[in-house]
Amino acid sequence: MKLTLDIWRQKGASDAGRFETYTVEANEHMSFLEMLDVLNQELIGSGKEPVAFDSDCREGICGMCGFVVNGVPHGPVDNTTICQTHMRHFHDGERLRLEPWRAAAFPVLKDLVVDRSAFDRIIQAGGFISVRTGSAVDSNAMLVEKNKSDRAMTNAACIGCGACVASCPNAAAALFTGAKIAHLGLLPQGQPERTDRALNMVAQMGKEGFGHCTTIGECEANCPAHIKLEAIAQMNGDFLRAVFAKREESAGGGAG
Amino acid sequence: MSLNSRIPSGPLDQKWSTAKKEMKLVNPANKRKHTVIVVGTGLAGASASASLGEMGYNVLSFAFQDSPRRAHSIAAQGGINAAKNYQNDGDSVYRLFYDTIKGGDFRAREANVYRLAEISANIIDQCTAQGVPFAREYGGTLANRSFGGAQVSRTFYARGQTGQQLLLGAYSALSKQIAVGTVKQFSRTEMLELIVVDGRARGIVTRDLVSGKIQSHLADAVVLATGGYGNAFYLSTNAKGSNATAAWRAHRKGAFFANPCYTQIHPTCIPKSGDYQSKLTLMSESLRNDGRIWVPKKKGDTRSPDQIPEAERDYYLERVYPSYGNLAPRDVSSRQAKYRCDEGLGVGPSGLGVYLDFSEAIGRLGQKVIAERYGNLFDMYEKITGENPYQVPMRIYPAVHYAMGGLWVDYELMSNLPGLFVLGEANFSDHGANRLGASALMQGLGDGYFVAPYTVSNYLAQGGRVKVDAGAAAVKDAEKEATGRAEKLLAVKGKRTVDSFHRELGNVMWENVGMARSAESLNKALKRIPEIRDEFWKNVSVPGTGAELNQELEKAGRVADFLEFAELLAWDALQRNESCGGHFRVEYQTPDGEALRNDADYAYVAAWEWKGEGKRQELNKEPLVFENIHLATRSYK
Ligand SMILES: Cc1cc2nc3c(=O)[nH]c(=O)nc-3n(C[C@H](O)[C@H](O)[C@H](O)COP(=O)(O)OP(=O)(O)OC[C@H]3O[C@@H](n4cnc5c(N)ncnc54)[C@H](O)[C@@H]3O)c2cc1C
Ligand code: FES
Repeated sequence: MKLTLDIWRQKGASDAGRFETYTVEANEHMSFLEMLDVLNQELIGSGKEPVAFDSDCREGICGMCGFVVNGVPHGPVDNTTICQTHMRHFHDGERLRLEPWRAAAFPVLKDLVVDRSAFDRIIQAGGFISVRTGSAVDSNAMLVEKNKSDRAMTNAACIGCGACVASCPNAAAALFTGAKIAHLGLLPQGQPERTDRALNMVAQMGKEGFGHCTTIGECEANCPAHIKLEAIAQMNGDFLRAVFAKREESAGGGAG
Repeated sequence: MSLNSRIPSGPLDQKWSTAKKEMKLVNPANKRKHTVIVVGTGLAGASASASLGEMGYNVLSFAFQDSPRRAHSIAAQGGINAAKNYQNDGDSVYRLFYDTIKGGDFRAREANVYRLAEISANIIDQCTAQGVPFAREYGGTLANRSFGGAQVSRTFYARGQTGQQLLLGAYSALSKQIAVGTVKQFSRTEMLELIVVDGRARGIVTRDLVSGKIQSHLADAVVLATGGYGNAFYLSTNAKGSNATAAWRAHRKGAFFANPCYTQIHPTCIPKSGDYQSKLTLMSESLRNDGRIWVPKKKGDTRSPDQIPEAERDYYLERVYPSYGNLAPRDVSSRQAKYRCDEGLGVGPSGLGVYLDFSEAIGRLGQKVIAERYGNLFDMYEKITGENPYQVPMRIYPAVHYAMGGLWVDYELMSNLPGLFVLGEANFSDHGANRLGASALMQGLGDGYFVAPYTVSNYLAQGGRVKVDAGAAAVKDAEKEATGRAEKLLAVKGKRTVDSFHRELGNVMWENVGMARSAESLNKALKRIPEIRDEFWKNVSVPGTGAELNQELEKAGRVADFLEFAELLAWDALQRNESCGGHFRVEYQTPDGEALRNDADYAYVAAWEWKGEGKRQELNKEPLVFENIHLATRSYK
């Protein structure tokens, strides 16, 4: 099959960037990224600069890949990373527009490559359970309901690719942050730090320049890890509870 | 040079406690004065950085991906072993130790493996406490599944995403230390050289993959947790960026490379579909718990699998290995798949495939249970092949998967270069000639959480290091080497892409140094590899400059190192005149095609010493002494 690709080309963070048009011959068994590999080999062969895009595992789990195809993060196949999207979902003669995640908090580094370190800083703000190496009790000393543990796992499955932000008209990071808060908040081990976790992670989200969630739901539709909007509800609940808890704490402090 | 493995004396089950008792400690107030570099944020690196940071050391952590969370460990699917005996099926530390030694075909160090089995239970506890959502039973306790090479059920898992969950646990602990400032993270930063001063590892030279800036970082100790070298074969189950550069550069600076020929070929991967193929996808070994492997009994049987009656199918693993059946170890299962395809019984368009069939398990347990156990793997299979494995059997074929070999380390995980520690898949230490499923995750986390924090401290406490000046000759020379190499790659301006060389190397390796090796095929490889390398340096085309994000330049550096490393791998394979585990020499096999070991001559670790450009490495042997187990012929029948 022959495809026409309009690809965002941008030399570096300070370059303005523009679309350039290429054609490529692909077949239906290739993955989308293998199709881009083929294009890049041709570009190099004809003395041109290949298109920069991120990928590593190419199995849909590392979260490294990701760009927008015809306006949809990770392209047209629902809940699937672009590295796991195969060309049989496209047809001969199709024209595709490839551009990077667009969000103030994810500056473009080059072509389709963006800087997602804001996500790391959100996790650093509270996405953990503090336990010193070697100080853990026997795993079966604390029983966890299977149902809760399964739900924690469902939220923990987030791959941190950033498609939720790229899908959101407000460029909010609520699904990403909510997934971590829900994962840890559903487990007994996550309870002691639950209040601070919600406050600190939500505050960091704001500092990084992500927008506000208005529950449009585009993020859920595009999430390759099937994270559900419930994660955001859980985050909002934890956040509100945390705000009240802090008020009581400081009121109590004043009285003492 | 004689190798001192520093294995503590005394009975096997007391060695680690004796070692810990004798180790020196660093005064708490002095810890932050020590800088430790950790290259790699996979299970081994992230757990080491988090633990060392928490102890109070000043840790510098490096990864080439854009976030520590994306290290290749994230892709591990099936599970992690531990001798918890939660199933009450007779497991014990000794049994895990014995299975691992036997699985490794008696080519691993007893003491290291025993320690690994000993600390395995702590790993699970640590991860559970961090919030790793392991699978659970209805009663709320942790669940287990079985993996190849074991008759007990000791594998802990989180759906088919165990590596992801364990790594996110370690990443969260690392993130906490980054937040408190004990760890400084350098992502999108690649190590290009090791800095050695007065015979000790004292730092690294890196390239910032966004700006292209080449820079050195100095420390009191350097920890490499940089993963395996499977991508020397181009097509493998490893992530695209997995590479041998860090280990190879350290080797060229004096660190011995051990057993590079021990490469694991995993039996259950999705077969290759074309020349554009960029990687191979693993279908976790855990599938062999419920999937049955078969080929048609008749050659050239083109009927669809559901049209082939039971009597005309050969469930060859169940037939050849009645007691382990579909759970025979990886090397054995891969070889059997190859034999069937060589006999012309393979399935699929290329004839290079066998069936992995779930129909019996779906009939017995229902589709829901199977979906719960393997849902994400089935989805992945369908995404890639367009076929629904709930309805038709999967087609699978072996692929390069794991590196048992790696930099040589002693009992304390320190290489022969003092101050250089090597953890996880990057070292050679625990899996002998073949790794059992679910043991790499165990080893990576064991090394990082429970071994290195003690042994690195022990090294730092002994002092003996002078302060290194950033302008010292050793530092400047290493920087020049890194800069010079990048410039040289950019200056070739030839006609062939980096990928075309990598693919060519991969083909040579797969055909001649793959599942079955012979003196003839190895000599062929040893002739071809230097030719490809010569052409690479004359004719490679690396567009762009060094002062920008340049993915072709990154790949070129890694391929240049693979082109040197691959030769050592083939050479090691040629020198090892026996078959053991993943190293199968066709000249050395039993009448029924099993690996034929030669314990009298080859019960040693081959530790290769760099002798300079254009020279063969020198072989140093570390004899393997088995004090506790009897060397036996491995049998899974
Ligand atoms: C698909 C797949 C499934 C698997 N499933 C299982 C399983 O179920 N159970 C099991 O036990 N094992 C499994 N394994 C094996 C296991 O995942 C790996 O052996 C293990 O995760 C390796 O961990 P590591 O920490 O040693 O290295 P890695 O996770 O490979 O991490 C390497 C790190 O080093 C960094 N790095 C490398 N080179 C450089 C450099 N030059 N400069 C800077 N940084 C560098 C990388 O950025 C990365 O952070 C699987 C492997 C694969 C491929
Ligand atoms: S490359 Fe890892 S998720 Fe796509």
